[in-house]
Amino acid sequence: MSLWEYANPKKFMQVSAGVLPWVVGLTGLCLVVGLVWGFFFTPDDYKQGSTVKILFVHVPTAMMAINAWVMMLVASLIWLVRRHHVSALAAKAAAPVGLTFTAIALVTGAFWGQPMWGTWWAWDPRLTAFLILALFYLGYMALWQAVEDPDTAADLTAVLCMVGSVFAVLSRYAVKFWNQGLHQDSTILKVGEKDPLDVAYYLPLLVCIAGFVLLFVALVLIRTRTEIRARRLSALQARERIA
Amino acid sequence: MIALLIRDLRLAFRAGGGFGLGLAFFLLVAVLVPLGVGPEGATLAKIAPGILWVGALLACLLSLDRIFALDFEDGSLDLLATSPIPLEGVVAIKALAHWLVTGLPLTLAAPVLGVLLNLPGPGYLWLVVSLAAGTPALSVIGAFGAALTVGIKRGGLLLSLLVLPLYVPTLIFGAEVVKRGAAGADVSVPLLLLAGITAGALALLPFAAAAAIRVNLR
Repeated sequence: MSLWEYANPKKFMQVSAGVLPWVVGLTGLCLVVGLVWGFFFTPDDYKQGSTVKILFVHVPTAMMAINAWVMMLVASLIWLVRRHHVSALAAKAAAPVGLTFTAIALVTGAFWGQPMWGTWWAWDPRLTAFLILALFYLGYMALWQAVEDPDTAADLTAVLCMVGSVFAVLSRYAVKFWNQGLHQDSTILKVGEKDPLDVAYYLPLLVCIAGFVLLFVALVLIRTRTEIRARRLSALQARERIA
Repeated sequence: MIALLIRDLRLAFRAGGGFGLGLAFFLLVAVLVPLGVGPEGATLAKIAPGILWVGALLACLLSLDRIFALDFEDGSLDLLATSPIPLEGVVAIKALAHWLVTGLPLTLAAPVLGVLLNLPGPGYLWLVVSLAAGTPALSVIGAFGAALTVGIKRGGLLLSLLVLPLYVPTLIFGAEVVKRGAAGADVSVPLLLLAGITAGALALLPFAAAAAIRVNLR
């Protein structure tokens, strides 16, 4: 019994079919509880008013936008080293989800920034890094689209993902050169220190983060299953054409 | 390897090789920006470092798809892949040839265009230094992008989409060097980081590009 057994498409389909309803159910539960709790049962901030509640969408999506790329990196490495097709397809499936999370984080950030900073957009290090991350997702998806042979596409996108990771990190630190920026630091992990995130926000935020992580897992599972089915379909069509 | 370099340079300099195209484009950018922004010296001096770097970057981008596409089409890339030189070396030589044809002329021409854009006096030295340190990275990153897209018909637009995000750190540090240099401030930190990116890209990206070419030749 090893972990790599699940890289067998048949086994993956069986297991994911069993797991998926639970993941989807938990996603719904966490998101409903977390968002309703966050939006309606937390107090307004004394400075920010009710706009502080954008936090419950902005922070989890921003986290997942980065984590999705890390997941794609790991899946790409597994594909390059062990040639498991499910891994390559999972990386392919994760890219549009990651791009969507990036876009949501940028848009909710703009909605919050307009009343708070007085501007929709600022060329702040974090904002710029996220915009560049969105470009990386776009390039990655475009390369998948452009190459016809699936194995070639998987190889090329895996190499791009690895090189892109390095340059995404470099860009993140390069843009810091301009100034410190408007965006505040994360306060989630600063409970013990001064100026922590209030407990009233902390708990619903954790539920929301769990919800968005599960949402990502659920979407990637569904999209990977779709990709596997599409692959099977094209294999069947190719066989019919020969016969 | 030297024979390959000479062959590539010869191909680039002869008719239809596209030599000078990037340079002409760079000149056009430097002429068009004052026409669009207005001829006030103070405004131009402020944006000159960024414009010169963006212009150099776009001029570099123009000729990227030539690095491998023609050789891929007529089969010489297959021959190069089976030759005694490792493919990584071929990539490095081709990137070097691209730099000699675009990056080096851009670097040498940049001070002239700096005059057009009213770049402040101390900036000229740092403009040349930063371009000399940064354009090799542009060529080798571009060679990687060209290697990824070599098998794709009409991959030019895709190539830009893939390569431009990779150019971001080089552009930021390069423009920062010129900006600080023009203001008379200390340039060592961005210059060292720029050189670091170039050195890292030169060391690692030929391997990634060679891997991509092997996949595309399969």
